This record gives sequence, structure tokens and C-alpha cells, in this order.
Amino acid sequence: MSIEIRNISKTFGQFPALRGVDLDVPTGELVALLGPSGSGKTTLLRILAGLEQPDPGSGSIRFHGQDVAAYKAAERGVGFVFQHYALFRHMTVFENIAFGLRVRPWRQRPSRQEIRERVTRLLQLIQLEPLARRYPAQLSGGQRQRVALARALAVEPRVLLLDEPFGALDAKVRQDLRRWLRRLHDEIQVTSVFVTHDQEEALEVANRVVVMNQGRIEQTGAPDEVFHHPANEFVMNFLGNVNVFQGRVEGNRTFFGPMPVEDAHPLSFSARMAARGFVRPHELELARSANGHPCFPARVAHVNAAGPQVKIELIAGDGERVDVEMAQDRYQQLRLARGEQVFVTPRNMKVFVEDYQI
Amino acid sequence: MSVEVQDISMNLEPVRYEPPGSARTAERAIAEPRWVRTLLIVAVWVFLALFLLFPLVAIFAQALENGVSAYWAALTEPDAVASIKLTLLVAAIVVPLNTLFGIVAAWTVAKFEFVGKSVLVTLIDLPFAVSPVIAGLIYVLVFGMQGWFGPWLDEHGIKIIFAVPGIVLATLFVTLPFVARELIPLMQAQGVEEEEAARVLGASAFQTFRRVTLPNIKWGLLYGIILCNARAMGEFGAVSVVSGHIRGLTNTVPLHAEVLYNEYDSVGAFAVASLLAFLALATLILKTVVESRSRRQMSDTGVGA
Repeated sequence: MSIEIRNISKTFGQFPALRGVDLDVPTGELVALLGPSGSGKTTLLRILAGLEQPDPGSGSIRFHGQDVAAYKAAERGVGFVFQHYALFRHMTVFENIAFGLRVRPWRQRPSRQEIRERVTRLLQLIQLEPLARRYPAQLSGGQRQRVALARALAVEPRVLLLDEPFGALDAKVRQDLRRWLRRLHDEIQVTSVFVTHDQEEALEVANRVVVMNQGRIEQTGAPDEVFHHPANEFVMNFLGNVNVFQGRVEGNRTFFGPMPVEDAHPLSFSARMAARGFVRPHELELARSANGHPCFPARVAHVNAAGPQVKIELIAGDGERVDVEMAQDRYQQLRLARGEQVFVTPRNMKVFVEDYQI
Repeated sequence: MSVEVQDISMNLEPVRYEPPGSARTAERAIAEPRWVRTLLIVAVWVFLALFLLFPLVAIFAQALENGVSAYWAALTEPDAVASIKLTLLVAAIVVPLNTLFGIVAAWTVAKFEFVGKSVLVTLIDLPFAVSPVIAGLIYVLVFGMQGWFGPWLDEHGIKIIFAVPGIVLATLFVTLPFVARELIPLMQAQGVEEEEAARVLGASAFQTFRRVTLPNIKWGLLYGIILCNARAMGEFGAVSVVSGHIRGLTNTVPLHAEVLYNEYDSVGAFAVASLLAFLALATLILKTVVESRSRRQMSDTGVGA
């Protein structure tokens, strides 16, 4: 089941939550809507589910080529997993999962036996078979989330929508559930869209990431594509820690202070223009002495060697803070101490001039 | 290694080496001396006995003054039976209507955003703020012979004031807030997510209400209904104004008790009053049971959210 979203807008009072969004989700994909709060990602998800209506006359949503505007939430055949699970608190786990089957009109309702079998299969899938008779209040957060997912899957939805599925869980459970969702999706291959504000989660779980900001889509692409080739400053900034340097473009070279950036870009600007350079912490190389590469001096302000990567905080000559990450063995070679002077070379820099990426 | 050892000792020491006196100090800080506590408890009990228990006992003592047969006769006398029937009829009409209103109002307030919501919530409380006598007089003003619609109603042979419809209307007004008041905070705390989940899973509006909303508010609703019923059966002021005190026709149990009392028929008056006392006791017991259940529902809501 593919989803085509064309020019969808949504306004709450005066607040434009979505401004003319276009998006295609091919059949069987697992897509992440990634963005800060207020970027419209949850609104878009709720519109897909039929829980919100787009602004009148704003555009169309098609499931597999079929316009679903006239279909209510109950008729769209979507599974929706709510951020706070929204399990029915007065029903057992079993009854929660069976709900979508039990409320069907009797012609389409499976027999008791069939319902029992299907729910049992789903309980096995989420590995909660022994807890079938528990109530939601007696489950942990991760277990509730799995029940919510099983409940959504019980109706065999054409599209699975998940609103911040791991938002309310602690870090360890989150990790496990992410992998589990990934595997589950590989297994059942239902077109899925999930909302998250956690870039790591989006990059790890989804096969396509849609970065949203202020009601618009900033970039759509595979995780490595959006991470390595961000379309603009917002995407660069949002997908992980980044250092920003103020500079200028002269001809076809970009200067940051006295330091020219070697990666020559194809565009050439006749006038001098202000530019901003973005470098991820792991793309900065440190050396004890200037070695001919373009570099700038900085002082070591803080070192955090706990963890797989060593995080080093530098203060550049102009007082700017610069974050650097390096592998443990490189750090062992350098043996940096607080207050020492180092020379910093960017290995890879994204330069943005006004709205254009170079 | 040494750091770890230090950590452990720092965690344990305050517990292990706490001077014995400090615990007592803590206790004393929140508790009054023994004699003050005793005095307060006794005072509360004496007060309750004097003003609640004693009158309750007095009702039954007075009612049974001339023996059980006189008590029974006073209750089975035709006017008394008529008043009991009328009271039950009024409750049977008013309680379902106000239950329905309460659910609809609470649903509206809790699940939708609209202009004038706070005004609506305030208006629901109006009957609590207004004296019941005023409530009765409002209906006399509107439907009475000298009132706005009185002449028109009279022409068409419809009697509202000094008849059963007036009693029902006045009771409706007075008991309006009970169910709504109980449900609004409960439904607000529960939010709309479960209903949305049910809708997405394919449930119709009615299925959603019956299988999701209603079970979630069950105990709170029952609690509201019990209070509403108690008030509907016991209401005096508003009903007194609109009833006209026609024996055997427009006297409810509380009104009948007053009429008998004014006629110096104390056995009859207290016999009828004892029915209301029974109602009060039954209400108290039910209320206690349901209250604990509904509190559990509330706390489940807290966990769920």
C-alpha cells in the first residue's frame, strides 16, 4: 500500500501546522518523519490516520491511488500506535488486542476461535503470551508499547502509523524496541510511517527519513543520504552535533578566517559573500603542530574520554567553542591535556551561502 | 576502588548511625501531644452524636412511639403511599435525564474545545449556588398563572405548577450538576486518546462509547447517580414552592412528612421521615463502596497517563 500526499495544509486557529506538504511513501517502506516539536510531523501522521482533517481544499491523500478524504478514521484500514499507548485501561492485554476484531460488523467479524488464534499469534509475536490476562497498569512501558503495536496490527492494517513510538521509554528499552521494530517490519513488510524527534532513532530504524521543520518538508532521503548530504542548514543542524564557522566566499574558494577550504566547489561567486561552514565533531582532525594543511589554532578546554569516542571541547582563537570527537586510539597517540594548544583541520565541511548549498 | 568503598559507606552511614533521638523528634514534629489528639477526637464524636446520630435515633424513636403497628399504619395510609409513589416517579424521571445530561455535558466539556466552555462549566454549577426556593419560584414565574406562559398553558389545559410536571422540573433543576460535576474532572483526566484508538481500530461512535468511554467512567458515573438520586428524593425547598401541597396528589415524601408534622401527627411524620433516613443510610453505604472504586479508577487514570 503506497501513500501519496499532495499539497496538504493544516491550520490550527492562526497557527499553520502544515504548509503544502508533498510526500510519497512507496509500498512496504518504513519512513521516519523527523523534526523538532511543532514541525507538523504528528499533525501529518494524524491526518493520514483520519484523526485530523486537512484544511478544506488544500490537497489530497491517496492510499494506493485511492483518495481517502471521504473515509473516516474507522474506515481507512490504518493501524495507529499512540505516543502514550492509549491502551484500554479496563481491558486485559488479550482484550485490547482483540478489540479491533470484536467491533467489526458481524458479517466481517471472525469467529471466536479465529479471534483467539489471531490474538495468540500476535502475543507470540510481541513475546508477551504469559501476560495475556494482565491489565495495562500492570505492564512496564516497553510491554505496553508492544501491546499497542499488536493491537494496531490485529486488524491487519494497510498502513501502520506510529506517533513517537519510543518517546516515553528509557534509553535501554528504547534501543531494544528500535531493533525489534526494525526486525518486525522486515518480517511483515507493512507500509509504516513513524514520527520521532530523535535523529538517531530515525537514522537507525527507517529506510527513508523525512526531515520536517515549521510545517514543511526540508529533505527526504535514505538515512545516509540526509546525514552526509544535508539539503540545508536546518537538516545539517538537526541531524546531530555540528560546529558552525562563519566565513566568506571569494571567487570559488571559501575562507574561514585566514583559512581557505580546499574542497573547491563548482559554483563561483563574483562578489564576496558571507558563508557558513558546518563540520561534524568527528570530521575535525587535531594535530600538535601545523602541518601545512589549512588549520586554525585552539586550546583544549575539556576532555571526556568515557565512551567509545573521546569528546574534546576546544576554544578557538576567537573564543568560539569547537566540539571534536575522535577514536580512543587516536586520543592515546595525541595524549592531549587541558590547556594545551592544538591545530584543527576540517576533513569535510559543508558550506552554505544564504539558502544555497555548495 | 577506594572511591567505590567510600560511596557505599556514604550511602549507608546516615541510616545505620542515625541517633535514636532524631526519629522521635521527627514524629513529634508532625503529631500533637496525646491529650490534644484525644480531646479533638472526642470533640468530633460528641459533635457528630449530638447533631447527627441523636436526631437519627430520635426519628426512629418517635416513629415507633406507638408501636410497630402504628408505624406500619402510618406508612401504608393512602396519602403516604401516594407520596412514596410520587417521589419514586419523580426520581425515575429526573435521575435518568440528569444522568444523560451529565454524560453529554461532561463529554462536551472534556473532549471538545469551544467558545464559552468556561461559561458552560460555571452555569452547570448554578443550581448549587442558588437557593432551592428560588429555583422553585423561577418555575412559578415562568409557568404559573401570573407567569409568562401560565395563561397560554391554562388555555390548552396543561398544568405544570401545582402538578407533577412542575415537581419534576424543579427537581431536575436542583439535581442538574451532580452527575456532570462528578464526570467532568474524570473525563478531562482521561483525555481522548483511548477513544481515538477505538475509532482507528474501526469502532463506531456508539461502540466507542459503550466499550471504551462508559467502562472508564463507570464508577464516577455511579457515584454521581447515587448523589443525584438522594437529592431528587429528598429535595424539599424547590418542590415545596411548585407543589401546592395537595395531599395524595402533589406531595412528595419530604412534603408529606412536613404536612403531617404541622398537623401534630408526630408518629406519622416521623414514620415517613424514617423512610428518608433509610434512604440516607443506604446512600451513605453505597457512596462509600462506590467512592473507593471510583478513586481507584481515578488513580488508574493517573498511571495510564
